Amino acid sequence: MGEFDQLYREVILDHYKNPRGHGAIPDADAHAEGQNPLCGDEVSIYVSFGDDGDTIDDVKFEGRGCAISQAATSMLMEIVKGRSATEIAALPKEELLDEIGIPLTPVRLKCAILGLGVLKVALHRAKGTPLPEEWSTLADELEFLGND
Amino acid sequence: MAVTAQPKLDSQRIRADFAYLEELRGGKPVAFLDSAASTQKPRQVLDALRGFYEHSYANVHRGVYQLAERATAGYEGAREKVRAFVNAPSTREIVFTRSATEGINLVAYAWGLANLGPGDLVVVTELEHHSNFVPWQYIARRTGATFRMIQTDGAGELQLDALDSIAREGNVKVVANNLVSNSLGTVNPVEHLTAWAHEQGAIMVVDAAQAAPHMPLDVQALGCDFLAISAHKMCGPSGVGALWGRAELLDAMEPFNLGGHMIRSVRYEDTTWGQLPYKFEAGTQPIAEAFAFGAAVDYISAIGLDAIEQHEHELVAYAMERLAEVEGISIYGPPPDRRAGIVSFNLENVHPHDVSQVLDWENVAIRGGHHCTQPLMKRLGVAATCRASFYVYSIPDEVDRLVAGLQKAKQAFA
Repeated sequence: MGEFDQLYREVILDHYKNPRGHGAIPDADAHAEGQNPLCGDEVSIYVSFGDDGDTIDDVKFEGRGCAISQAATSMLMEIVKGRSATEIAALPKEELLDEIGIPLTPVRLKCAILGLGVLKVALHRAKGTPLPEEWSTLADELEFLGND
Repeated sequence: MAVTAQPKLDSQRIRADFAYLEELRGGKPVAFLDSAASTQKPRQVLDALRGFYEHSYANVHRGVYQLAERATAGYEGAREKVRAFVNAPSTREIVFTRSATEGINLVAYAWGLANLGPGDLVVVTELEHHSNFVPWQYIARRTGATFRMIQTDGAGELQLDALDSIAREGNVKVVANNLVSNSLGTVNPVEHLTAWAHEQGAIMVVDAAQAAPHMPLDVQALGCDFLAISAHKMCGPSGVGALWGRAELLDAMEPFNLGGHMIRSVRYEDTTWGQLPYKFEAGTQPIAEAFAFGAAVDYISAIGLDAIEQHEHELVAYAMERLAEVEGISIYGPPPDRRAGIVSFNLENVHPHDVSQVLDWENVAIRGGHHCTQPLMKRLGVAATCRASFYVYSIPDEVDRLVAGLQKAKQAFA
């Protein structure tokens, strides 16, 4: 495999070109947006909960940025839909990184986990789920913007 | 500008001075097209740095032993070289700093805090690097002054017709502008802005970090009041820069950093400040780096700034012509004759980070990002751009490799 195929494997390009769960949810129960000031990646995530108030019934994202940031957020939409907010608040980033399945340099790692950080902040704000230090540090670094 | 014809710059010969350009990666040299961020360093400058540390190094302006005298002579000799480089009237007006950023902060704090207040206007432009934007925004807020920005038109040129309406808003006290935009390469009308600033009774602060490597500088011809440059953008070491300021302004200013060497006398009751330029050089300076800065001035002056300007102009014109062949490309900024050796662009539907990554695999190094000019990016309606920038060692073949790499990136993300 060449370097290109290693980093931009077909599934990533597919998610980048045909993002899953792309769009906004009007009157979402949880929402946050964030950006990576270093490279200008932007991601905005909308969540609506089921009747139990915990199950992620629907989740959508909007954003612009590099292939890694947008594809990773698209993959994240598939990972989290139907799972509980409590569970996702505690989701280790490794689960997403495994799904992405490519080696990432520290700079690109930030692109890859931007969406997950935004989602965790959205859940934290809406449900008061814990935001472990790792993510609150990220939140400081990545600059998460207002709730709505 | 120069009356005598300069010999044309021989970039192939110059390339032999730069070790990195001889390095091969996967059998190929890397096309280093990020000189606007920082240039590579020639052996002549590195030899000067090493030689100074080995044979002339001691702290300056202190010891009476021979080595200290030699160090002082080297350090002050570099100051004279920088003075001549910007055509300043006196070495008293040349302050060594850590960087152009520190030079601008020095003016913003030491002049701004004492001279700005409510009703005053601090005017910057949309083309500024954050280093000539944020300090003024901050000092304006600290002092209650109003912060205003001259916007750009679609071609990356300053909209000077807005000056009259800005002047009506209050007392314009500071105008800050870069002579060359680090993002678009635009050569800005600093003489015009200086004349306007002086009509308003304002000082003119010029960020020449990106201009100094590219074109002859003459603070007396520009007519400005302060001008900041940085060694690392002109073949010198990082960690050192210089600020030129009018002696009468510098004399009237309070110090910026306080400590050793910047004093005349220190008593428990009171301390008095030293003479220019030492009043602004507290603590041990980057002595050897300043010396090597002088060597960098020698190096690019020997090539000739007129020749460098012409070389960069030819390369950027060629690059813009070749880049225009790439389908779906947007090129930002003015035509080649209005810019230095910098070109910013975007490929449709491919993020600059992805473009830079693919180009890196093709051994082409460019910058993808906002180039510390977020207000400008907002104006362009983008989060980031790709930027290729050229210097004395850049050659047309590297432009061809850039274009070939872009075709590859386009194909991959199509």
